[in-house]
Amino acid sequence: MTEKAGPKATGDIPKSVSRRNFIKGVITSGVAVSSASYLFRASSVLEGQPSAAGVGERLITLNVNGQQRRVDVMKQETLASTLRYKLGLTGTKLGCDRAECGSCTVLIDDLPHYSCSVLTHTVRGRKVLTIEGLASADGTLHPVQQGVIDEQGFQCAFCMSGFIMTTVGYLKTNPSPTRQQLAYGVSGCLCRCQDYDKILTALMQGVENMRRSNLG
Amino acid sequence: MDNENEKVGETTKATDRQYGVGHTLIGKNYTTPDLYAKVTGQAKYAEDFRAEGMLFSKLLLSPMPHARVKRINTEAALRMPGVKAILTADDLPAPADTLTDNGTVVKASKWGERGLTNEPVYQGEPILAVAAVDELTAAEAIEKIEIDFELLPFVVDPLDTLRPGGPNPRTDGNVWTRPASPQGPGAPVVTELKWTKADFAEEKHGRLPMGKAPDEWSYGDLDSGFKNAALVLDETFLTPDTSHQTLETRSAMAYWQNGKVFLYTGTQSTAQTLPAIARWLNIDAEKVVFISEYTGGGFGSKITGGVSMIIPALLAKKTNAPVMMRISREEETFIGRARPGFQGRMKVGFSKQGRITALDMFVICDNGPYDAVGDAPSSGRIVSLLYQPQAMHWRGVTVLTNTPPRSAQSSPGGLQGIVILEPIIAKAARQLGVDQVAIRRINCPEGKAPFGPPQQGKMQHATSAFLKEALDRGAEQFQWSERVARTPKRVGTKVRGVGVSLSCYVGGTIGFDGLLVITPEGRVTFQSGIGNLGTESVSDVHRAGAELLGVPWEKCDVVWGNTAKNLPFTCVSGGSQTTHAMTRAAYATAMDAKKKLQEIAAKKLGGKPEQYEVANERVFRKGGAGMTLAQAAKYAIQLGGVYDGHEAPDDIHKLTKASVAALAGQGLVAAAKDNYPRDGVTFSYVASFAEVEVDVETGKYHLVDFLASGDVGTVIHPRALGGQMLGRSTLGIGHALGQKWVFDPHYGQMVSKRFHHSKPPTILDVPVDMQWTALDIPDPETPVGARGVGEPPVAGGCASILNALSDALGDNVFQRAPVNADTILTSLEAGRPMQHPLMAHI
Repeated sequence: MTEKAGPKATGDIPKSVSRRNFIKGVITSGVAVSSASYLFRASSVLEGQPSAAGVGERLITLNVNGQQRRVDVMKQETLASTLRYKLGLTGTKLGCDRAECGSCTVLIDDLPHYSCSVLTHTVRGRKVLTIEGLASADGTLHPVQQGVIDEQGFQCAFCMSGFIMTTVGYLKTNPSPTRQQLAYGVSGCLCRCQDYDKILTALMQGVENMRRSNLG
Repeated sequence: MDNENEKVGETTKATDRQYGVGHTLIGKNYTTPDLYAKVTGQAKYAEDFRAEGMLFSKLLLSPMPHARVKRINTEAALRMPGVKAILTADDLPAPADTLTDNGTVVKASKWGERGLTNEPVYQGEPILAVAAVDELTAAEAIEKIEIDFELLPFVVDPLDTLRPGGPNPRTDGNVWTRPASPQGPGAPVVTELKWTKADFAEEKHGRLPMGKAPDEWSYGDLDSGFKNAALVLDETFLTPDTSHQTLETRSAMAYWQNGKVFLYTGTQSTAQTLPAIARWLNIDAEKVVFISEYTGGGFGSKITGGVSMIIPALLAKKTNAPVMMRISREEETFIGRARPGFQGRMKVGFSKQGRITALDMFVICDNGPYDAVGDAPSSGRIVSLLYQPQAMHWRGVTVLTNTPPRSAQSSPGGLQGIVILEPIIAKAARQLGVDQVAIRRINCPEGKAPFGPPQQGKMQHATSAFLKEALDRGAEQFQWSERVARTPKRVGTKVRGVGVSLSCYVGGTIGFDGLLVITPEGRVTFQSGIGNLGTESVSDVHRAGAELLGVPWEKCDVVWGNTAKNLPFTCVSGGSQTTHAMTRAAYATAMDAKKKLQEIAAKKLGGKPEQYEVANERVFRKGGAGMTLAQAAKYAIQLGGVYDGHEAPDDIHKLTKASVAALAGQGLVAAAKDNYPRDGVTFSYVASFAEVEVDVETGKYHLVDFLASGDVGTVIHPRALGGQMLGRSTLGIGHALGQKWVFDPHYGQMVSKRFHHSKPPTILDVPVDMQWTALDIPDPETPVGARGVGEPPVAGGCASILNALSDALGDNVFQRAPVNADTILTSLEAGRPMQHPLMAHI
């Protein structure tokens, strides 16, 4: 059974969508539409014409990595799947899709969130920052990314973007953590290669890099 | 910026030790070529690929632990708009036989796992797959499919199927055996084995029943070993089944183009996954292109990928569209592999000083429902090597159950065997009044240490072992004596304990190929068939080749991750083979390049090849003529033949030959097989040290300090080595802290399906300053001296914690791993272990 088109007004999930359908939608779909549809919509967006929303979707504007992005989003769509399947930003990973592992961590208004557990339509009007948005336009890495390069942090690196985004957000509130404090700060991220010791060394180097870059 | 001299507490960080003395690249840290892509999010793992018109597939999983599918009705599903195809077991190609390199045909096993099935043998097994325009549609289609199952007998605990009259997990039986034949043991077959009521009499004493075992070997005089022992202990111990839980699931994407299948998924070997795919799809290897540049962890579960990857390949063929099969975390728990748990028992005789005079080892390995794992035989070999028992008897039985499929997991069999024995040694040391480090030192392997099983009456032996030195250095760096002597041991409700464990595993194979091109621009391109799963050996091993050729690393490129890019036949990154096997191949290939450079120089500039040196990006005679590598490469193209890949050595693998031919004419092409000799089997060794603090009021404990001291051969890449020493130790630590499977035996249903049920160690479960050190003594039986390290630390991680816990709490608290708070509290209260001594999956 396909999702009915929702009301044009902001926010509310229409009462006609039963809770069971909602949960079914969230649980079974990491993906709402195929990439072909995404490509089609992307090109029409570039031409400045809003495209007709697909069934169950509505066109919204998101602020991602400093850019305004127009994208069709289902009500139950998670930010992780929007990023990965509609915005071409696959640096944010899905490790569990259930807020257990932290691979999908992004910053929303500078705070780390598990994007697998955030509904995309709730981030309208907020700033989303992903791993792809850290380096500057000329390719210069963010100091935390550079710390990873300096210390050869991580192994398979599937968890890496989650750890880096968490750290970048954490350092905004505590820019000079001890190693133990930083461990608490990133404890929402799992690393199955269990590279924690080297990860901490790399992220602490990132802290040092931030300190130096702030000194000018 | 490196903090080269930063000290942590009073210890210099191991990565700051001087490694690679006398080397230019070996033993030096560097930035691996894949790191920039990883850190910017550009690195693509399997689920990151997109293709025009891509469909999505979802799986229908069996709700029953063992059943026969009687009827499938897919009409309603196929009628849904957006549903493109349904794949069942009937659509699978017949499994192909394997042709080994020496021409032997290994017939496909009729009990082998095929990806989809009409007779599911575990709850969660995929029965069919649906391809649709999006996952929501595919999932809804699955709900519309009607399936009738006939429930068949099932069993989840190995002892329950060995019991007289117990159910069988498969219609043909319950154990894997190898029928004897004149040529040696044949291919494994499923047969039925039932023990007797008399065998099971041991059960009521909480001791492992030991009935007939299909596999058995021994050496030495066991009876006299026990007779002359000062102390004999007979202990039963269980180890957990632990899912690999790679953070990247085995999602896969596939499409067909011009009769070729293009497959994207995670793997531990790019080169060897190609023939595996060809076998599973029963097509020629030339029709397969396999892409895997980044894999999110393997740990033994993706040795050549996994058979589930054929599902999107076959759906793509059926629908004539690319198909993405995204595997969820819950599905990964079912199909993502796990380490087999052991129910084990050991009777061990000790001399007064703690020397093991006799060891009678019996292990039951929970194999799951499919292909036989080698954990049981490996456990005997590893224990035999690591503890050098003067006499030993090993028995093993590999039992099938209706639980998710197993595969090797870092230190398969090694972890289990060591974890069963180490608590016995710790107990013996306490009863004999011997120091825990001393008792292990006296049993340590040394030099060309022998190990069983004997082959044609002769013991096998290791290439080398310097574990005594690693143990001594570790004890010193961990300040073992000071920690043992420190008092008070208990403050309020907190009790401290310290533990030490030996650990080892195989560390290298031989006989694989290398391939490189020196380009007319003077760059060196290393073709790497190694998997990129995070070990960094994909590029580390080539540092040995670059160093030999005198080429700075900045002038080197590594090509990996795509079989269409002309890769050589390499080892799988499993069994800790890679650093050893592929530095040998890299060395052989660099020597081939050097020889060709010398010959080219002699041809063009006169003199004999031997008079020419290769260094500083040149090939030159002392005080005489020379040329740059770039010029030599241009001459190689002119000369053709063996110099530019138009002719290849006879002894390299046929896949390497094809790659050489494809690269012909691009520059100086060097290819070689590792034919270097080796006397013995290669192992690496670790001594692991742990201090824990237990709160006896809550049962909670935490790891205060940890150190892993390694004998792993020449250090190639210090930071990567540290990542393996501590990362793999932590994988082992998880087996002590709490990882395990839990099953509902009544319905054969898995209870522990998600991360929070069987939690891998988090960053807060380990000290923020774990320590490691490595001896950096070269293994004498390999040219670069390097051995593998992925698996040797694992058992020590678990066993050192178990030993620290028994040091803190005494010997009557646990009889299995992991040790949880409830175990500690109930046992302390009762004064004896309260967990069931034999039941699996609780």
